[in-house]
Amino acid sequence: MSNTKNNIKYKAPLSHQLNPGHSACAGCGMIIAARLVMDTAGPNTIVTNATGCSEVTTTQYPMTSFKMPWIHSLFENPAPMASGILAALKVKGLEDKVNVLVVGGDGATFDIGIGLISGMWERGENTLYICYDNEAYQNTGYQSSSSTPFDANTTTTPPGKKSSGSQQLKKDMIGIALAHNLPYVATASVGNTLDVVAKVKKALSIKGPKYLQIYCPCVPGWGIEPKDTMNVARSAVQSGFYPIVEYIDGELVSKKSAQGGSALGGVTKKVSIEEFLKPQKRFKHLFKDENGKLEIAKIQKIADENIEKYKLI
Amino acid sequence: MKILLTAKPGTTSQVKTGNWRELVYPVIDIEKCIGCGICERVCPEGICFPTGEKNSSGKGFYACDLNWCKGCGLCASECPVKAIEMKEEGK
Repeated sequence: MSNTKNNIKYKAPLSHQLNPGHSACAGCGMIIAARLVMDTAGPNTIVTNATGCSEVTTTQYPMTSFKMPWIHSLFENPAPMASGILAALKVKGLEDKVNVLVVGGDGATFDIGIGLISGMWERGENTLYICYDNEAYQNTGYQSSSSTPFDANTTTTPPGKKSSGSQQLKKDMIGIALAHNLPYVATASVGNTLDVVAKVKKALSIKGPKYLQIYCPCVPGWGIEPKDTMNVARSAVQSGFYPIVEYIDGELVSKKSAQGGSALGGVTKKVSIEEFLKPQKRFKHLFKDENGKLEIAKIQKIADENIEKYKLI
Repeated sequence: MKILLTAKPGTTSQVKTGNWRELVYPVIDIEKCIGCGICERVCPEGICFPTGEKNSSGKGFYACDLNWCKGCGLCASECPVKAIEMKEEGK
């Protein structure tokens, strides 16, 4: 109906590697990251995808949003599947011409698939592992994963009289990746789109197993407004809550980011942790009483420790 | 029964998700647009695109295809020159 009013004479050229029509929520952070990654990797790419939002939303049977070869398997399988694809490419003599991408959510990466991912890294396969980190099993109804941050409200860690949400700290997946002596380990945030593009380009130029973790806000799971996706992704970085780091051969590297400031951290101005927590319903219980203030102070301490540990400012 | 294990590339484009939109839809002011391309990068549907035409100040402007727009408003909140306005549906 309103189509008639707004530039109807222009039709979308559908030039991206990921077509519209997928069933991701309005304002989804994961699908923004997926498009940026796929566009940067280009058509000469084979993607293996774990179960999760990135699979469910893009490939409703019998359709797919992807324009490149894409294969789905269970939570734990995409990493060994990529190894198999690489073996086949090697037989055909194409292993230097085709990128092999592995995509998984934080559940597939931090919890279920970690053993097989470790195997792929140990074998030194020339793959890029993309983890879109939305900090819970958002696809099945917001259950906590080992990526869920301290004090977050999920359906399996509800806050109440005796608990203030998830009591576990987020797993240090970057540390685990570094322990495998990977040539490239980095984190990025969808709040800085150019940084995501730059990191994918850089990773694909390096031979060997690579790991890139992209911070993707989840609109229904975190309880944010669709239009706030980018703001929340940015304030997480600016407060030090989600450290943006880049390691090449185990060395923390520093360079200027495309949007100015230090890409190492991406912290151009520090904001308080409240600014990040306030818009999210998953942290709403912290703003109700005095105990909440103590919990916020604990989260602020985690963020400050990140800034110190990774020298973000 | 024959079950297809593969799908043709990009076939979800036949699903017009524009009817998900309930409250607001974006309108791009082509005279204000500076053609920076941020809306193209942040749009979850990927349906903001350069039109290839120029406005009166010589800037190539962008448009969006409402057939797939879910009305999240990310383009309007990220636009550096506030050229995108979210208007109420049905007005």
